[in-house]
Amino acid sequence: MNMPPPQKPKAFGAAPDPTPFEMGRGRFQLLRARARLALRGFRSGLSVFLESRIGLLSLLTIGAFAVMAISHPILMATIWDADTYDPVTGYATDTTEQPAPPSWRHPLGTDPLGRDVLSQLLSSTGSEFILGITAALVTVTIATSVGAIAAYYGGIVDAFLMRLADLIIALPGISLLIVLSALFELNLFYLALIIGVLGGFGGTAIVLKSQALSIKVKPYIEAARVAGGSQTRIIFVHIVPNLLPLSLLYMMFTVTSAIFAEAVLSFLGLLDLRMSWGIMIHTANAGGYLLSGTRYWWLMVPAGASITLLCSAFYLAGRALDEVVNPRLSRRRD
Amino acid sequence: MIAYLVRRLWQMALTLFLILTVTFLLVQAQPGDYASFYALNPDLPPDVREQIKATFGLDRPLWQQYLIHMRNALTGDFGVSFGHFPRPVLDVLAERLPRTIVLFVSATAASFYIGFLLGKAIAWRRGGILEYAATISGATLFTMFTPAFALMMIWIFAFRLGWFPVGKFLDPLVWRDTEVAANTVFSLMLITAAVFTTFALWIAFTIGRTQRAGVRRLAAPVVLAGALVVPIVWAMSGIGFLALDILRHMVLPIATLTLISFAGTMLLTRNSMLETIREDYVTAARAKGLPDKQVRDRHAARNALLPVVTSLVYSLIFAIDGSVIVESIFSWPGTGMTLLEAVRSEDLPLVMGAIVFIGLMSLLAHLIVDMLYAFLDPRIRYR
Repeated sequence: MNMPPPQKPKAFGAAPDPTPFEMGRGRFQLLRARARLALRGFRSGLSVFLESRIGLLSLLTIGAFAVMAISHPILMATIWDADTYDPVTGYATDTTEQPAPPSWRHPLGTDPLGRDVLSQLLSSTGSEFILGITAALVTVTIATSVGAIAAYYGGIVDAFLMRLADLIIALPGISLLIVLSALFELNLFYLALIIGVLGGFGGTAIVLKSQALSIKVKPYIEAARVAGGSQTRIIFVHIVPNLLPLSLLYMMFTVTSAIFAEAVLSFLGLLDLRMSWGIMIHTANAGGYLLSGTRYWWLMVPAGASITLLCSAFYLAGRALDEVVNPRLSRRRD
Repeated sequence: MIAYLVRRLWQMALTLFLILTVTFLLVQAQPGDYASFYALNPDLPPDVREQIKATFGLDRPLWQQYLIHMRNALTGDFGVSFGHFPRPVLDVLAERLPRTIVLFVSATAASFYIGFLLGKAIAWRRGGILEYAATISGATLFTMFTPAFALMMIWIFAFRLGWFPVGKFLDPLVWRDTEVAANTVFSLMLITAAVFTTFALWIAFTIGRTQRAGVRRLAAPVVLAGALVVPIVWAMSGIGFLALDILRHMVLPIATLTLISFAGTMLLTRNSMLETIREDYVTAARAKGLPDKQVRDRHAARNALLPVVTSLVYSLIFAIDGSVIVESIFSWPGTGMTLLEAVRSEDLPLVMGAIVFIGLMSLLAHLIVDMLYAFLDPRIRYR
């Protein structure tokens, strides 16, 4: 039974079989060529991205928030002592009345419970990034797979996945999350997971599927199929990588919606979190400090502005990225 | 058109079925169940406990509970609200749904109109100062933390300037000596608005579309005359000041919701316009020497409208979510605030009823947008 596979007759003038060493080198060269191509693509993309001032500005904003996120543990370890500056359990013993206005020791003042506002602001930044990026990764993983699979197989798989996406689009997300928070204890991780799954099976999947459809008819997919590539290989090696630029774009939008959803739910007091920008506003609002106008501005403005800035930075970065990855838009620049 | 409508209705029924199933599963998946909230009370005698279990159907197998849930939901029986005991959930929601719909529909219409106008303008003059200003302010409002923005609006317009009331649906001082129920006045206002809109649309589609220019010019004065009749009739009815009170409370929430949601439409219109401008027929229209404004409004903008209408679905959902937040901040007693109140007081039947209603509302809005799209683009109808 175990017959050796028949030797293919060599065409006249064909190159001799490559030795393992040469094969390794060939693969290395291939990788290098790919890397060079990717780098060139990245460079030209980056120049388009930075050409729009909005893209550059939003990137700088995100960078500034990243610095803020990193600075909190450093500050806590060096000049801030935990008894005074802990974002949740700290108490500013150096002031007499408790929402204290900004001073040298507390640059953004203290909240009604005597905790340092700047420390709260900085400590929340990290978790906002974690939340946004987790949600975005979940969304993109699901959406690229769903989009590629729906486009590749078509038929009933496609119909099912797309009807599911229609259903999820028709659901108001914040309302659904409010209901879920009534039934379950939502923490940061579950929230990221839910937002990611809803985004991944919802609108993002539809966009990526239509992109995958246009990739599916490209000659190199035919070539891969003729060369005997398995279905999994064609989907995950040939289609998915070509979806990645577009999915990066939708990652940006998911980050925005995740941070926004967290802030709204925290503001309404429905989440199980230690500290976040939404909770800071919630604390101030529950104490009735917000409707006194500008008198207690430091309870509202830093957190509110941070939410707005970070959300719009990711959103605008997404739009600038759109000019790079969306061929219809990029050709339009005069 | 009819076949398309039937197909869409059938899909909608399927989606509604899925929503109801999901709500049932969610209630089952949460720790404990809401009937045992009462049944586990140690003061209850055993026979009462059995009776409660039987009422909620808890003594039956899960699939029977599911069927009961579906039957109840389809007949509109969502049970009795814990928080508003002994009012049934449907009763509470039926009272509050119109208020949400008014908020949502007027804000969506306004934001769509403003967004379309602005998007058209900034695409036509690209790179101008207006484009930067509109994009940045629109995106900021769009991504701005909605509760913070709503509170800011209250602080500026209600607290500082005192133009509008701070929140709520009506002012009890105005209503103290009246016999009329607020909901009666509100329903009358709704009917007036619906009648007037139908009238205006009818005029626009009959007189406004005739060939004779002289008759066509009459359309605007006729609509204007109709707009004048409405306040006169209300002023003579004796409850006009009550309607005015409700109107005064409506302005701020609607303005807030409009401001946060117009940017989506604006940016989309801009993108879609930029594509249409490159089409040959726009160049042809320009070459004919038509006025700039006419090329923009008649040739480019009309064709740029289609993709914007398609994505109206997204902004509808955004507005529904936005209205939940806006309602809760302005204490506007609509479905969204009911949902939030119910969640806070663990009034689970009301939570489930509210989310089904909100889901139903978004499905209906979705359907209307699809019909509108099919009406605008004949290619869709015959697909």
